[in-house]
Amino acid sequence: MSVETAATGATPARRMAPAAPTSWRHRHLIDVDVVTWPEIELIMRTTDEMKGVLARPIRKVPALNGRRVTTLFYEASTRTRVSFETAARNLSADVVSIATATSSVTKGESLVDTIRTLEALGAEILVMRHSVSGAPYLAAEVFGGHVLNGGDGWHAHPTQALLDLYTMRQHLPDGDLRGRKVAIVGDILHSRVARSNVWSLTAAGADLWLCGPATLLRGMDRWATAWSGGTIPGHGRFNVTSDVRAALRDADVVMALRIQRERMQGGLLPSLREYAARFGLNAERVSLARPEAIVMHPGPMNEGVEIAPDVANSGRAVITEQVANGVAVRMALLYLLAGAHEAARGHEAPRTSEAAGTSEAAR
Amino acid sequence: MTDRQIMTGDEIRRAIVRISHEIVEKQAGTQGLALVGIQRRGVPLAQRLAAAIEEHEGVRLPVGALDITFYRDDLSLVAQQPIVKATALPFDLNGMTVVLVDDVLYTGRTIRCAMDALIDFGRPRAIRLAVLIDRGHRELPIRADHVGKNVPTSREEIVMVHVEEIDGADEVTIGRQDRSAEPAAAGRQ
Repeated sequence: MSVETAATGATPARRMAPAAPTSWRHRHLIDVDVVTWPEIELIMRTTDEMKGVLARPIRKVPALNGRRVTTLFYEASTRTRVSFETAARNLSADVVSIATATSSVTKGESLVDTIRTLEALGAEILVMRHSVSGAPYLAAEVFGGHVLNGGDGWHAHPTQALLDLYTMRQHLPDGDLRGRKVAIVGDILHSRVARSNVWSLTAAGADLWLCGPATLLRGMDRWATAWSGGTIPGHGRFNVTSDVRAALRDADVVMALRIQRERMQGGLLPSLREYAARFGLNAERVSLARPEAIVMHPGPMNEGVEIAPDVANSGRAVITEQVANGVAVRMALLYLLAGAHEAARGHEAPRTSEAAGTSEAAR
Repeated sequence: MTDRQIMTGDEIRRAIVRISHEIVEKQAGTQGLALVGIQRRGVPLAQRLAAAIEEHEGVRLPVGALDITFYRDDLSLVAQQPIVKATALPFDLNGMTVVLVDDVLYTGRTIRCAMDALIDFGRPRAIRLAVLIDRGHRELPIRADHVGKNVPTSREEIVMVHVEEIDGADEVTIGRQDRSAEPAAAGRQ
């Protein structure tokens, strides 16, 4: 597994861009790959104000009054779903929540038919989680409103990546990630969180390290190599390694990913115990990171597997902050997406170029 | 079409001094007074009013900033969401007399939003309104308690208040709408 040690690039040209706020032009948010750095900064600034709303005596504003937000979750989730619904309610939106286990999906209704039905019932913003990578792109093709991806297969989890970025910025001087070492340790292969974080953290100029057993890094080294070849101008490169000590040494941010038992078919790991012994974040390993480093986890945690209980509950852990920031980030995204209506219809790139995404992200 | 100047920097300064006296006179003192500027140009105007009051009363009033974006009633009419600016009310509104400060009073919708927003923060004893320019054409039953200058306008005209803190110079101009591509003008309600 190659270990890139070269400096992560922060392009001066992009950084010198004026502080003038950019506007939001995306009708959907399916991954952060098509979101430019100024747009990410707009999300961060809008999130700041949403945090302000959450600190008020009345934690609710009428910004999305009368707008209809529907959550459609084909996969189990509590925190993401509740976070989206809380965010929508804080903006005074009307929330409809579809649990597929009790819906017509169990009678064999297709995704497309379900989405058409929800639209006919008045859904304007569709928050969707699906076990199939790419399902939200199909949804975006048939749905007349906005699709906000709440996680699809192994592909993307953009709101998690953005709340992770927001949380890191809160803990770093000036909120600047340039050159800061971020180590993500765990089941990278099956992780949509890791994939979305690659886009946003390299855009932020972080020195990103992905670490896990070789079987759980498959394909990532090729991606990392392509990156350093300058695929996306202005993005930092990232590193892939199975050497957990190298990944953690002098890290500013340490993030553990859940070992996803439900996706662990085909003997990718000898045992969870062996994983915990070789890669689990314990106090000794975390001590390799900088003294002020923070410890993150997107949840839900398997304490004692990918993260030791004393690390998860230590003063460095910002895991509950991540959850709280998640509501504010999702409020910001619902707010921004809701504005990209009527006038913006049809302006988004079609599925093929959006899935490729690379040329747009470079702008 | 060229813009015509309707207030000079000196005239703005005198209007601020006069309004600062009016505010204190109406309250019969400075007790329980607070100033809240509406983003963006209401904020520096509120700070100037506070400075003027401090000069003649020797009391520094609390000053806040209010962004009304989340309270606008026209979000479904604009193509893109307005950029959200900071709200900072570093004092307890309960029982205070809050003077809202804005640059231009036009339809009154901004002020309605501002009152909605303020009331979410607490229960002021009274809310008053000070504006530098009142240009008429109200769409809501709202009036200002303190006005720098009344300017009769047509709906096609655009009144632009420039303040040094944001625009580099103090002046008020009036122009025609055909240049309304300017974001500052288009963003005003």
